[in-house]
Amino acid sequence: MSEQLIHPKEMTFQLYELLDTEALCSRARFAEHSRETFDAILDTANKIASEKFAPHNAKGDQNEPKFDGHKVTMLDEVKQAFDAYRESGFIAGRYDFDDGGMQLPETVINACSGYFLAANPSSTAYAFLTTAAANVICHFASDELKQQFMPRMLTGEFTGTMALTEPHAGSSLADIRTMATPQDDGTYRLKGSKIYISGGEHELSDNIVHLVLAKTPGAPEGVKGISLFIVPKYRLDENGQPGKRNDVSLAGLIHKMGYRGTTSTALSFGDNDDCHGYLIGERHHGLKYMFMMMNEARIGVGYGAAMIGYRGYRYALEYAKDRVQGRKPGSKEQVAIIEHGDVRRMLLAQKAYCEGGMALCFYGARLVDDLATIEDESQRSATRELLDLLTPVCKAWPSEYGPKANDLAIQVLGGAGYTREYPVEQYWRDNRLNPIHEGTNGIQALDLMTRKLWQANSLGLQTLKERIVTDMEQAQGEVSQRLRKALTAHLSRFEQLLPGIGKALNSEQLDPALANAQCVMNAFAHIVIGWMWMRQATVSEKALSAEDLNADDKHFYHGKVQAAQYYAAWELPTIERDFQLIESMDNACSAMQAEWF
Amino acid sequence: MKILVPVKRAIDYNVKVRVKPDNTGVDLTNAKMSINPFCEIAVEEAVRLKEKGVATEIVAVSIGDKAVQEQLRTALALGADRAIQVDTDLALDSLQVAKLLQKVVEEEQPELIILGKQSIDSDNNQTGQMLAALTGMPQGTFASEVSVEDGTVSVTREIDGGLQTVKLTLPAVVTTDLRLNEPRYASLPNIMKAKRKPLDVKAAGDYGVSLESNVKVVKVTPPAQREGGVKVADVAELVDKLKNEAKVIS
Repeated sequence: MSEQLIHPKEMTFQLYELLDTEALCSRARFAEHSRETFDAILDTANKIASEKFAPHNAKGDQNEPKFDGHKVTMLDEVKQAFDAYRESGFIAGRYDFDDGGMQLPETVINACSGYFLAANPSSTAYAFLTTAAANVICHFASDELKQQFMPRMLTGEFTGTMALTEPHAGSSLADIRTMATPQDDGTYRLKGSKIYISGGEHELSDNIVHLVLAKTPGAPEGVKGISLFIVPKYRLDENGQPGKRNDVSLAGLIHKMGYRGTTSTALSFGDNDDCHGYLIGERHHGLKYMFMMMNEARIGVGYGAAMIGYRGYRYALEYAKDRVQGRKPGSKEQVAIIEHGDVRRMLLAQKAYCEGGMALCFYGARLVDDLATIEDESQRSATRELLDLLTPVCKAWPSEYGPKANDLAIQVLGGAGYTREYPVEQYWRDNRLNPIHEGTNGIQALDLMTRKLWQANSLGLQTLKERIVTDMEQAQGEVSQRLRKALTAHLSRFEQLLPGIGKALNSEQLDPALANAQCVMNAFAHIVIGWMWMRQATVSEKALSAEDLNADDKHFYHGKVQAAQYYAAWELPTIERDFQLIESMDNACSAMQAEWF
Repeated sequence: MKILVPVKRAIDYNVKVRVKPDNTGVDLTNAKMSINPFCEIAVEEAVRLKEKGVATEIVAVSIGDKAVQEQLRTALALGADRAIQVDTDLALDSLQVAKLLQKVVEEEQPELIILGKQSIDSDNNQTGQMLAALTGMPQGTFASEVSVEDGTVSVTREIDGGLQTVKLTLPAVVTTDLRLNEPRYASLPNIMKAKRKPLDVKAAGDYGVSLESNVKVVKVTPPAQREGGVKVADVAELVDKLKNEAKVIS
């Protein structure tokens, strides 16, 4: 129904109006680029996403990949989409020119990814996983390994996975059991099982490069004993070509509620004691390496959640304009359901959730660009700390609220939304993964509460405050000021609560404190997203004051301002409940006993 | 062999076209503009001929103000080697465009000119034919297959009755139909490379062609809104309506 995946102005608004992405071109790393290049690249992304990815989103959901005991088969369209993506050079987009990449800003890559995630998150996953896995190899593997695997991952001839979870160890990676035994030739033999490995088996590429977390004999207990290995599906022969099948096999495909087009696999390593693996970097540093990728992946997960939510929002919007139902008081004419206040409420909520989440993930991507290009050391550490602080929020807030948006899209469609004839139920199922993977949202809340708020003497938090205050000075319009006032109050309240949180974490009352981690995340994230809406309202209110604005732009900016008002009036005040819970460190959850349920 | 590919900047095929309230034209404010799809097919065909070793150079040309450089860059990203912008602010019609192109052909001396059969904005389907007449070159229009050998080009044409193949002596003019090929996507490396490819700007006025249009736009109106259908009780009523109301059968 929706002609376009994304509102034609949204990406340029995020890139050039909220963030001055063009300014990046004055930095040495991006000096080769210009807005002209960025726009042409976005155009290619939009085209491929619309023509090659979107058309089989539902079909991929209805036709899951199958395993006949030997081979995994899936729709031909997935391969066609993957090939169009890789042949256009998107996998290598963010990498250095020297590595065969385009050295594009993460912010621009993020905008491109948005089209693919909105079009078809399942088919997109194979390519995104490959970019992420190549990134780890790029940063931490020896030159030899890098040479063997990375170039062909960046062209998409090889794809990548990350193999962390084991049947008994998911969030608790300290307990993994996969063993890697060193050999005389410097390689390792791996033995163990992994599950939920996305993209773990398929025929899309010539080889699959698994990044596997494993322990070496005699390694220290816990996370400090984990190392990271490259385990290819096919070992490379003397010419560097995929040769003998390595001893890693597909134990079975896992059948998920959503993201059905992406294979989720159970993998067995070393059933025949011949699974060759190659150590990345140094022993026992595996988790650290993996987390570098994980941090970026977390922003990606939040962004994906915002985009799937956004796709549902756009669909519900079109539907609401088209579906005629009910009458206005005193009128005999039926009206489109968008004329009903409650439908508008649901649409505004979706807009506020998704575009708020989007803005935050763009902001995160910009911090990644800043980190790669800012030379001043104190600015760099402030940027790094801010990015660290915002990462769990980028992951958790959009992935909490993206599915809520999809839920509301179903509601807008009513009975139709509950049927499989309409796409919104699939969006909801797809999006339901995002609060779970790449660190559950529970883990994100703990990460924020126990680590990120305090890390480096709270430099991240300090930097955040400074940036919010700077943006407040620009917030002059009516709605911007409203958000500014509310945020000022909430920020100071949050700061007043901080010592209490710190004290609770250092006391014997640790359990009730941790049981309220969700409230800390909620309160903090609502402030951060409020800040994002203040930024969007500021730019939009300023733009609306121009005289020669055309009608389309006017509508767009009014929409932004109205969504900001919705956020301020409906969403931000929910923060009070979280404040109260943080203050009281209520023990309803922590004091409950298993037997009492 | 050198191939000249004229390309036109046109409203994107995805955009829902709106007519200006005063009926003077189509409202292009903020509208996404792209390379005309038939012209894109023309570029692709030229690039394929180059990849086959048939062509050695592809020159893209567009007529219009600075904005057309965007489409020329797209053509360069798709594989053209260099580009020429014939600079003018005037809205030209097919004949002026063909006359300007004739001058470019005189300068460039291409052996093959591939154009889109029409542009999706004005749908005239004239420029290629006019250019062939002006240059005295043979023409093969509505091409669904093109092959070049020994100084000739064979063009399979989509005509009402089916397919017709004509063999033209080079230099020749070919216009593309929809099924000639499926254009590739501009890849990231090629978008970057396109930035460094030469793009010459030449003033339209310097060609000594009268740019005054002989065509006057009287009025632009949107197509009539589709009206709701009616249910007919039986076949007899349907036949009756087709005969007497729609008057499509007798």
